[in-house]
Amino acid sequence: MTTTTEAKTYELRLYVAGQTAKSLAAFANLKRICETHLAGQYRIEVIDLLKTPQLAAGDQILALPTLVRRLPEPIKKIIGDLSNVERVLVGLDVQPVKE
Amino acid sequence: MLATEFLVRGAVEFDEPGVFMMFEENAAELTANVRSLGFHLDQLVQQKKIVLDHVHIERSEIEETGEYDLEGLFIRLGHAIDSIGAKRVVLDTIEALFAGLPNHAILRAELRRLFRWLKERGMTAIITGEKGEGNAITRYGLEEYVADCVITLDHRVTEQISTRRLRVLKYRGSAHGTNEYPFLIGEHGFSVLPITSLQLDHAAPAERLSTGIARLDEMLGGQGVFRGSSVLVSGAPGTGKSSIGATFADAACRRGERALLFAYEESSAQIVRNMRSIGLDLEPWVKKGLLQIHASRPTLQGLEQHLVAMHVTVQAFRPAVVVVDPISNLTLERSEAEVRPTLMRLIDFLKRQQITTLFASLTTGGSATSAAEESQVGVSSLMDAWLLLSNVEFNGERNRTLHVLKARGTAHSNQVREFVLSDAGIALVDVYLGADRVLTGSARVARAAHERSAAELRREDDERKLRQLASRRKMIAAQIAALHVESEAEEAEVKFAIARESLQEKTTWQHSADMAQLRGGGKASDGPKKRKR
Repeated sequence: MTTTTEAKTYELRLYVAGQTAKSLAAFANLKRICETHLAGQYRIEVIDLLKTPQLAAGDQILALPTLVRRLPEPIKKIIGDLSNVERVLVGLDVQPVKE
Repeated sequence: MLATEFLVRGAVEFDEPGVFMMFEENAAELTANVRSLGFHLDQLVQQKKIVLDHVHIERSEIEETGEYDLEGLFIRLGHAIDSIGAKRVVLDTIEALFAGLPNHAILRAELRRLFRWLKERGMTAIITGEKGEGNAITRYGLEEYVADCVITLDHRVTEQISTRRLRVLKYRGSAHGTNEYPFLIGEHGFSVLPITSLQLDHAAPAERLSTGIARLDEMLGGQGVFRGSSVLVSGAPGTGKSSIGATFADAACRRGERALLFAYEESSAQIVRNMRSIGLDLEPWVKKGLLQIHASRPTLQGLEQHLVAMHVTVQAFRPAVVVVDPISNLTLERSEAEVRPTLMRLIDFLKRQQITTLFASLTTGGSATSAAEESQVGVSSLMDAWLLLSNVEFNGERNRTLHVLKARGTAHSNQVREFVLSDAGIALVDVYLGADRVLTGSARVARAAHERSAAELRREDDERKLRQLASRRKMIAAQIAALHVESEAEEAEVKFAIARESLQEKTTWQHSADMAQLRGGGKASDGPKKRKR
């Protein structure tokens, strides 16, 4: 079980709108969570919808910031500034790494 | 649906592109659904007049952590608006947002921001929401004080007939009607009709229209009914209401005008067939497109919706003459208070279009005239002319009669006419007024025959008298001639006698003078004195 989990690559997309406090907070939180729990297994793509609004439709983005787990399937969405680590991990379906 | 039409009409008729953001149906579903109303969303999308954007929210996929806002929605909407330069926006339905996102506090704040944002961008937006329970207008009680205009739609079932109704709850900065208006989603989209017109301001043309029955035109002051007036034809079953209606429509078609027949009893094929029996062939008119027959069951939909349907048809067909046969079926199981305003609306509407209407109405009063009159008082005051058909039962048969009860603005006849349906059409025949009743049918025919033979006799009698008179005159003339001759003869005789007498006298006088001379001495003049002595 653990081996398959570790073999997974997490492809994450963070949708934000400009450099707002919320998006910066979300990015910082995401970075920290990934480094802690998914070290080496993740790829983060940040999409600024102010620059590329047409991308919003693709992932059905409504709320911002939204974190979309593209891979592994199924797609998961987490909205908010990702300040609640527990819920982010539940949302990403990631086993927390005990420190 | 209202929203879709708003958007499509905006795109097609006002050149205002629109964005349709759906939360429930997806683009393909919506396109398929509204195609039945004649909207081709796919074409409009290709022409860049409409953007369909389906927003899918799956609660199970979404996890909330911390603060967020709906900027993503804004951006999507903003992008869609910018891509076609939209002026109109529809969000259908925002309840889905509440269902998808658990934090209602954020949603409320964001929606409020959304409305403001849309307004700032100069968008006309329709946001649909479900009606809340009880008196709440929307389920989440937000939109009604944020939006500028709130329209509620509902669907009500009364007497097993459902009616969709619309009401403008609020509309900032406008004097809006506050009543509930029935509306209909029909083949041509969405239509609403106001409960009553605000004023009685329709024009009143002086032009007259023939009813198609020459004698009836005569009874209505010689030229028929006014254009744009409404005529009520009421009568018991089988008195010929439909026939009058069909004749009226036929007359319009003959003039080259369009006629529209709403039938609530017979199918259009049946009407065409049945009217052939009185010598009316409606089929050519139907084929030429001059006559349209709309047959439906009155129970198909509520009265209001029937009227809406009529509106739509009338506006599409633009007839000069409308026949409704019969309105009494429409008013089944309806209280008069409901029926009157709806009919008033219909009449007002038709009058404004200067359409002449003929309403047939079934009365249940039977042959008794007074009962029939009473049962129609409710709608009759709305009508300009009222023809009453009734059955007169006498002498073992029922015969149809027609009165003109009223005809506004015309010198109409107060006479009863017998109404005869034959394969040559409708004819009105003078009735005979017997000792205390009108004679119709065979009694009338018998009476007519009787009168005819009496007249014949009388005429012969007169001729004989004239002949007698003539011969008598001749005789008198002959007598006069004879007398004349006689008198001439007498005259001649008298003259002769006179001449003889005078001659005699002369001779006598001469003689006596001679005598006196002979006696000597005496003057001739003494002679007679002596003789007298």
